[in-house]
Order: sequence, then structure tokens, then C-alpha cells
Amino acid sequence: MLSIENITHSIDVWLYGTFNPTAALLLESLIVGLCAITLFAVLGLVLVLMERKVSAYMQIRLGPNRVGPGGALQTVADTLKLAMKEGLTPDGADKFLFNLAPFMVIVVAMLILVPVAFAKGTQIWDINIGVLYISAVSSLSVIGILMAGWASNNKYSLLGAMRSGAQIVSYELSAGLSIISIVTLTGSLRISDIIDSQQDGWWLFKGHIPAMISFVIFIIAVTAETNRAPFDLAEAESELTAGFHTEYSGMKFALFFLAEYVNIFIVCAIAATLFLGGWMPLHIGHWTAFNHAMDYIPSSLWFIGKTFFLIFVIMWFRWTFPRLRIDQLLSLEWKYLLPLSLFNLLLMTLISIKGWHF
Amino acid sequence: MIEEIGTTEQGELVVNLGPQHPSTHGVLHLVVTLSGETIKKVEPHLGYIHRSIEKMCESLSYRQFIYVTSRMDYLSSHINNHGCALCVEKGMQIEVPPRAKVIRVLMDELTRLASHQLWWGAMAMDVGALTPFFYAFREREAINDIMEETCGARLTMNYMAPGGVAFDLHPDFQRKVKDFLAFFRTKIDEYDELVTDNIIFQRRMEGIGYLSSEDAISYGCTGPTARGSGVSCDIRKSVPYEVYSQVQFEEVLETGGDCFARYNVRMGEMRQSISIIEQLIDNIPGGEFLAKTKAVLKLPKGEFYSKVETARGEFGVYIISEGGTTPYRIKFRSPGFSNLSALDHMARGHKIGDLVAIMGTLDLVIPDIDR
Repeated sequence: MLSIENITHSIDVWLYGTFNPTAALLLESLIVGLCAITLFAVLGLVLVLMERKVSAYMQIRLGPNRVGPGGALQTVADTLKLAMKEGLTPDGADKFLFNLAPFMVIVVAMLILVPVAFAKGTQIWDINIGVLYISAVSSLSVIGILMAGWASNNKYSLLGAMRSGAQIVSYELSAGLSIISIVTLTGSLRISDIIDSQQDGWWLFKGHIPAMISFVIFIIAVTAETNRAPFDLAEAESELTAGFHTEYSGMKFALFFLAEYVNIFIVCAIAATLFLGGWMPLHIGHWTAFNHAMDYIPSSLWFIGKTFFLIFVIMWFRWTFPRLRIDQLLSLEWKYLLPLSLFNLLLMTLISIKGWHF
Repeated sequence: MIEEIGTTEQGELVVNLGPQHPSTHGVLHLVVTLSGETIKKVEPHLGYIHRSIEKMCESLSYRQFIYVTSRMDYLSSHINNHGCALCVEKGMQIEVPPRAKVIRVLMDELTRLASHQLWWGAMAMDVGALTPFFYAFREREAINDIMEETCGARLTMNYMAPGGVAFDLHPDFQRKVKDFLAFFRTKIDEYDELVTDNIIFQRRMEGIGYLSSEDAISYGCTGPTARGSGVSCDIRKSVPYEVYSQVQFEEVLETGGDCFARYNVRMGEMRQSISIIEQLIDNIPGGEFLAKTKAVLKLPKGEFYSKVETARGEFGVYIISEGGTTPYRIKFRSPGFSNLSALDHMARGHKIGDLVAIMGTLDLVIPDIDR
């Protein structure tokens, strides 16, 4: 069967057969880098269009429908427009930091992509501390946002960055604890191990109620971490015009925009990996015929399907809920989600020690 | 003003909210002093859309000046026109035909509905929910279409004239209004499901921007803003004009005094407006729609005042006449100006997000404040 795993494997074999190991490794890195950048561009195009279509559907509108078939090329047109715009730097801005910030944000988004398993055997680097790596790197994005807010020399940007800092640092805890509660079940931080452990069922179902609680907490926390509504306080448009990226224009703004969407993809991919089995097809216990039938659907489709379902849910949040206030946002985390996550982690530990999960 | 912008000696941040800002719904300029996220002081700066409407009216005839008032509170243009027409009629002692009276009330209430719909959408948008805005506009569009057929306009109606209304109703008016009401009765429940019952929305509104009834009176607040604080001030009840004394409706009063109370007053008023329209739509009397008046209107020497209830509160028209064809001096008492004056009092100690929510519940229309 033609799968991505076979393609990558044959490329790998061919490279190492043709060149000496160092050159092959370099070439392979180059190919992977190009693939990652292409993936970035495609994700940006698809997700922005998806957001606009989903919001239009919820708001009794049609959405973009002029550029390309059904508006499919709208994002390309937007990107061209943004690329041709002048990248203004405001007076009194810290030019170096101001220009560095969007790249900081986008590079962090690219780095998190590394351990994500897109399909069976398709992973940039199956690092043995994959989950830890994701938690660690994703908290770096706040630096870029703080940098942007501080360097813009704009009070709205500063307020937005301040909010973002408080928000991301707080919600990192809940997201981390939710991840740990799955790690207690799998006993490994490696992404491929986590996916393999879900061969006979996804952790969302196998892990009883604690897994469901941590799934919900994880979705809430990552919505907050990616600054999406109802937690979009960093760029709350009715309060702070555009928050931390108020002063950015042209491609620098586009990078923030792209990073936001790639971050959504990544967090949804991680949620799908941890709780919904990543690329693992839906397997139910000993239903052999059913499991075999499910195996015929390619693993990459499973992964993309799960991830985009979660992305849709997060977009649904955005277009339905009002925004929280900053103090409500922080009390939600520190007074409710964090104690709940800690308690949930204890419960999960008990379950995994006693082996009560399926 | 320049030295106010920046940072105060206590290290508080001074931020200009507006005149170009997504949540001020126009060109309102608020100079907000912040300590972190907490509001220390709010200072409105007005005049960005001042067009000297009161001065302009002094050189316009008694028929013409009414049309300028559509541009004040453009969401209540019928009601503004109505107030002016009432004042001229009072001075000239013109008897308005019964058909015109009913048409005027119907138009007023449709305007109130349209205005509150727009407010509802904008209110939800202020607290961060973007989708309700589109639903509100869908319903508002239906009203605008009804208005367009009869008045020929969708925003600045210029329909009320001294002595009645400028044109007769469109033949489809009754049918379309009934269709709309049947449609909107289901939609207003959806409004409640989508926004009113949302837990985040309630948390954002409850206990925010408290205005006691004493303060509401002393700041001169009127309309839903004052009624949310339990002050009974509905002109339609206290000084009934046209046919308001003959229809059954309740003055919606809430005692909370916070944003949620003001929100609920407007939601209640929408239901009351529906009920008023339902009572009148089948009972439009026949006959003239415009009283016979002289070609040139001349108010006798003296001072005349009339007031009506717009979607935002009490709108007063004060005309001083020297007996000529144009007013000697005219003064409009607009509800938005007094309501805005209470903003600083309400917003102190709250967060920036609350300021936006409080402004939303005041339902400010800036041309109404600046005139």
C-alpha cells in the first residue's frame, strides 16, 4: 500500500545509498526543512480560509467566494496584498526587537512542529522526551509576544503583551498537568510510544473520566495559550484595538497571523495525539473485523481528520462565546482549572498504578 | 490636553481610547487613566462630530429643521423627527389626524426595535462575541426594508412632518409588519439563548458599572440607563403623547443598577414594543394622514417645549420663537449626553474590559451627544 511511511523510507534508503552519511544527513535535513516550510504555507492558507468559511457559516454569510473556486485562493490574494504592503516601524520603537519579535513567534511555532507525528512513521524527529519538548518550546512563544508589545512603543500593545504574558504562563500549568496525566498512563514521553499505546483504543475512552476531564482542561488551556477567543485578551479588539500586534503591518503582521494558525494546528495535533490516538485508527477492543476495516483508512487521514475536527471545535468557541475579563481569566485558571488538574492527576496516577484503565 | 497624554506622576498610564477605536462606536474620545488594568478616571472629550445642528436650525423653516434632526440620533431618526413635529404642532396648535397619530407610534416603536437590535449586536460585540451582530442585523434589515417602502429611506427617515406624516403608508405595510413580528418573536428568544443565558456574558455584566437610582437622577440619566437603576422615567407613561395612553404596555424597570439590569431593560423593551405594535397594527384608523396646514408655518412669539422617549431616553425640543418663519433659538435635550456624563462614575475601579461593556450598555450614539 502506498503510504507516506514507504515514501519517506525509500527516500532515506536512496539518499544513504547514493551519498556518504554526512551529505545524506545534510540533504535529508534540507528536504525536511523545505517540507516543514511548505507545510507551514499550506496550513496557513487552509486554516485561514477554513476560519473564514466557518465564521461565515455561523454568521449567516457566504464568506470569501470570489477568488478561485469557492474562494479557495482568497488567502493567496491576501498574502500577496500583505507582502506588497509597507512594513511600518513606529517612531520610538525598539527597531531590533520590533523586527525580531514576529520571527521569534514563527520560529517557535516551527520548532514545536518537530515531534508531531503526521502519519505512521512520519515524524521529523522522534525525540525521546517529545512531550516535554513540546511543553518547553511552546512556552517560548510568550517571549515573542512580550517583545512585540514592549518594542512597539504603544500602550495598547504593552497592555496586550502584559495580558498575554499572564495568560500564557498561567494556562501552561493546566496544559502541562493534562499532558502529564496521559504520560502517567503511557509511561513514556516519546510521541510514538504514546500513539502505540493507543492501539486498542484511544486514551480519551480508555482512561475513564479523568482522561475526559484532562481532555477538556487541555482544550480550554490550549485555547487560552494560543490567544483564541474566548481568551483572546491579548488582542481583544473591542478593548485594545489589536493588542500586541497593533503596530505591525505587511508581512510582519502576516507572520503573527500565520503563527497563530500554525499554533492552533499544533495544539490540536497534540491533543489528537495524546487523547485521540494521533494517526491510530479507531480500534475497539476485540472487534477484529471492525478494527481491520478501520485500518484501510490511511493513517494520515486519521490524523488530519482528528486534528481538523478539534480545530473546528476551537473555531466554534471563537465565534460563539463572549470574551472573559482578565481577572476572570486568571481566576478561572488558578482557582478552578489548576486545582482540578492537580486532583485529576492524582486520580489518574491511582488509576494507572492500580491498572484500572482498559 | 497634550500633557495629559502619557504617564501621570503616580506612574499611572494615560491611554486615549478613541476617537478612532473599535468599541467607541463612532468618534468618541475617552482619555482613560489606568493603574495596570484598573480604571482610575475616564474623561470624555467631545466635539469630533459637532455640526452645529442647533445653530443650523435657526436659519431653517419649521418644516425644514425637522429633517436635520434625523442626523442626530440616527438610530432613532423617526423619534427625533417626532419630537420636533410635536413641538411645532404645540406652538401652532395643529390637530393631528388620528391616522397619523397611530402611524407615528407604529414607526416610533419599529425604530425602537431596530435601535435596540443594533444595540444588542454591538453590545455582544463589545464583550467579544462577534456573531450576534450578524443576527441582529438580519432582523434590523427587515425593519429597514419596511421603512424603505413607506418612507423611502433606511436611516434618516424624514417621515414625520408638522401635522402628521409626509406620506401615507405603503399598501404592504401591515402585512410586512405582521410577518416581521411573527419572525422576530421567535428570534428574540434566540437572542436570550445565545447571549443572555451565556454564563460568560452574565459574569461580564453582573455587578459591573453600578449606578444607584440617586446617581442616575443627579446625572440626568434617562431611558433604559435610568430604568436599569429603578428610576421610572418613561415619557410614554408619564407624559403620554399621541396614542400611548390608549395602548397597554409596561414600563420595564430593573433595580440592579448594573450592566445586566440595563441589558435586561432593553431586552424587555423590545418585547413591549412588539406588544404595542401588535395592538395597533390592525387598528390603524382611516382618514387623513396629514392635517391641512398653511404653506408657511409661523410659530407665535413664545417658548415651546416637547419631549419624547427615544430608544436612548428623553429627547426634548425647546424652541424660542420671535414670531417669524424660523426659530429664534433652538435647543435639543439629547439623552446620550447626560447618560455619557455618568460613565466616569460607573467605570472607576473596574477593568478596561468593563469600560467597554459599560459603554455598550449606555448605548451611545455619538452624533446625538455632539449634535
